[in-house]
Formats: sequence, C-alpha cells, structure tokens
Amino acid sequence: MKKVKDISRKISEAFIDINYDLSSDVIFALKKALKKETSSLGRFTLRNILLNAELAGKIQVPLCQDCGLAVVYVEAGEDVSLDGSLVKAINDGVKDAYKKGYLRKSVCDPVTRRNTNTNLPPLIHVEYIKGKSIKLYLMSKGGGSENKSRLKMLTPSDGIDGIEDFICETVALAGASACPPFILGVGIGGSFDKVTALAKKALFRRVGSKNKKASLQKLENRIFKKVNSLGIGPGGFGGKATALAVHIEMKECHIASLPVAVNINCHSSRYKCIKL
Amino acid sequence: MNKKVSNIKTPLAESVIKKLRSGDIVYLSGTIYTARDQAHRLIMEMIKKKKKLPFEMKGQVIYYCGPTSARFKGHAGSCGPTTSSRMDKYTIKLLSLGLKGMIGKGERSSEIVGAIKEKRAVYFAAPAGLGALVSRHVIESECIAFKKLGPEAVYKFEVKDMPLIVVNDVKGNDVYKRKRKCLR
Repeated sequence: MKKVKDISRKISEAFIDINYDLSSDVIFALKKALKKETSSLGRFTLRNILLNAELAGKIQVPLCQDCGLAVVYVEAGEDVSLDGSLVKAINDGVKDAYKKGYLRKSVCDPVTRRNTNTNLPPLIHVEYIKGKSIKLYLMSKGGGSENKSRLKMLTPSDGIDGIEDFICETVALAGASACPPFILGVGIGGSFDKVTALAKKALFRRVGSKNKKASLQKLENRIFKKVNSLGIGPGGFGGKATALAVHIEMKECHIASLPVAVNINCHSSRYKCIKL
Repeated sequence: MNKKVSNIKTPLAESVIKKLRSGDIVYLSGTIYTARDQAHRLIMEMIKKKKKLPFEMKGQVIYYCGPTSARFKGHAGSCGPTTSSRMDKYTIKLLSLGLKGMIGKGERSSEIVGAIKEKRAVYFAAPAGLGALVSRHVIESECIAFKKLGPEAVYKFEVKDMPLIVVNDVKGNDVYKRKRKCLR
C-alpha cells in the first residue's frame, strides 16, 4: 500500500527542484551547442543561459519567472494500491510546491483571467501499465513556448515531406518568443487529441535521447539538422542552435488521417520523472 | 554586424536613443516599470476614463514582465521578459503618450516596428527565460499599482546594468530578421 501523503511530498519536492536546478542533460546539450555556435549574439545568449542555471540554485531565485502550468503524466500500475486519492495527492503536491518554493502562480480562468492563486489545477494524464509501481512524469511548462506549439491534421498523401515541412514551419513561426534553443516534442499519428499528448510526452525523454525505432531515429536526425539550418539561433538572434533536440513519438492512426503535433519546449526544460 | 556595447540610463534621452542600433548590447540602469497583459488592459481603461496613470509615460521604459514573488521585501523575484507581441495592441497608444522604451522578448508586428521608428523610441530584448540572472540586476522592487493581480501588477524596478539587446531602433531595423533563412 502506497501512502498518498508521501506521494504528495515527493511531488512538491520535485516541482521545487526542477524550478531551481536545470537537469544535467539540458546543461550538457547547451554546452555542446555553445561549442558549435558561431554567431556572437548566439554565444552571448548561450553563455547567459548557462550562467542563469548556475545562479538560480545559488541565489534561490527560480530559473524562469514563468514557473509554468504543472503537467503530470501518470503511468499507474494496474495492481497498485493507495491509501487515498492520487489526484488529490498531485493537487496537494503542486499547491505546496508553488507556495513553498516561491514559484509564480500562472493559472487563471480563461475568460475572466482571474488567477487561481494556487497554480491549480495541474493537467493530469493517466496511462495504465503492468505491475505495482507508479511513475510520475512532472513538468513545469512555460506559456511562451506552449503558445507557439501547433497541431495539423495532414492527409496520408502529405507523407514524410509534409511532416517535415510542418515541423520546420512551426519552428520558424515560433521564433524568438518561444525562447530558443528549443526541445521539440513531436507526435505523429493517433488522433486529434492523442497526437498532442504524444508530443508532450516526447518532451519527457532525456534531452538528446534517441527513439528506439531506427526509422524514427533517422527522422529525428534529419529534422534536427533541418531546423538548425533555419538560422533562428539562441534567443532568436541568429545562429546554429535553434533546437537542442528533436524527440518523436508515434502511434497508429486512421487510414484517412495523418495527425502531427509539435509541442515546443523552451531551453529552460524543467521536468523530472519519479518512481514510486 | 555592429555589436556596440554601451551603458545607458533611464529616462531615455533623445540623443541616446538615436545612437542605438539593432544588435547592440546595452547595459541599462535606472527606473523601469513592469506591465504585462492585465496591467496594459487596465491602463487602457484608465486612459479612456482620463484617470491618473500609475506612472507618467513620458520618456519612460516599460518592461513586459510578471515576476515571481520575492523571498525578501524589496527584492525582485525571478524576472525575465514575457512575449512582447501580446502587448502590440496597446503599444501605439502608449507611444503617443511619450513612452520611449520597451523591454521584452520576441518579434513585434511591422506596425509596431514602424511606430517605434516614427516615434523615435526603442525596443530591447531582455535575457529570455533567464529570470534568476535578470533578478541580480534589479536592486529595488516596489509594487505601485494593481497589487491584486500578483505577478501581473505594476512593479517599479530600479535596475543596474541590466543586459539588453537592441531589437528595433529609430531606423526601423530588426535584429530578429537578419539571419532568417526562408523555408524550402
């Protein structure tokens, strides 16, 4: 029996942690990008990004003022038993983190624009897996990059070329306001709703990790090269590093459709996976 | 590409603004005011009702920013820029009231780029997504209007050597447009 109180505490700690401590895979990718970057404003920006990551923990100021919507992907074991409500545990954990961690509350009523002042509700997705464990994928997702994310229902005849064009077009339209260099979460297939969930889930992969399927690995590499030749660069000031990584996730789809979604994440990719 | 580095102060003098060029790195010191979506909306309502504004626009600089709450009174929390284009709708009016500088992130519409040129103002990019770094350049912070809005309130910031890049200058240049390649 797992205790929901423990789950809640772990979620709170994790959300505070990701907002002050940029994960090592992101830092590694940023350093790699700096080595290759030739644009001087691009280098200036990348150095500042690395300096900001160093400072945040030291001076106890969040990495970014936009501490985001709390996104939680749950992989719940079918045989898991809890002593209470998991949804309540997630809510309590998020609320606690955003209060204790001095994180900005960035959630509001979409019509009245009134802030909920708690950063609640989080966005929760649940998937069932075999076994007794629970995996929680947590993310503080910024609004600037989310605003530039896109979905398109392509047709089967658009094919791979259509997919590549749509992704490059999305990145070009995103430009500076989505805070490049980006991490691109791409969903291909599924349905109108599933494809965006795939794109978001792709953002939980370690930055620079490869898809298990060889054909998708190739596609990831090709798109990575293509978007990095757009010239947007760090901060949008021109340069080679427009994306730090391209992660594609795929699912079978209807014979009439070819859904594609691009979920853009900024360079301040704040995410973590905890296993319970 | 010229990358002149200079130190400038608010309020921005005409003689300073006219020398700034897109792509320059500048270090800004002095008073700036934060305002984002909701503060802009309320300021517009106040203008319509001819009410006294939270701060005088003439010669001033607005920072598109919604900071985190600070751990200590008078300090700024994390305070990087938000997307400027969302404020495009309100900008022409504010420029006509004498606003001289804007700080944010991302491209402005061609209408705003033109208005910046015409009104002899300037638009800067602050280090985007780098709120901890920017907070170090804010030596004093005070909420001066719309306190209820929390992060969307108006804060008066005293900044020292805030690192900025000039995006749109009085010549109508745009640093973001320089290195873009067309899609295939």
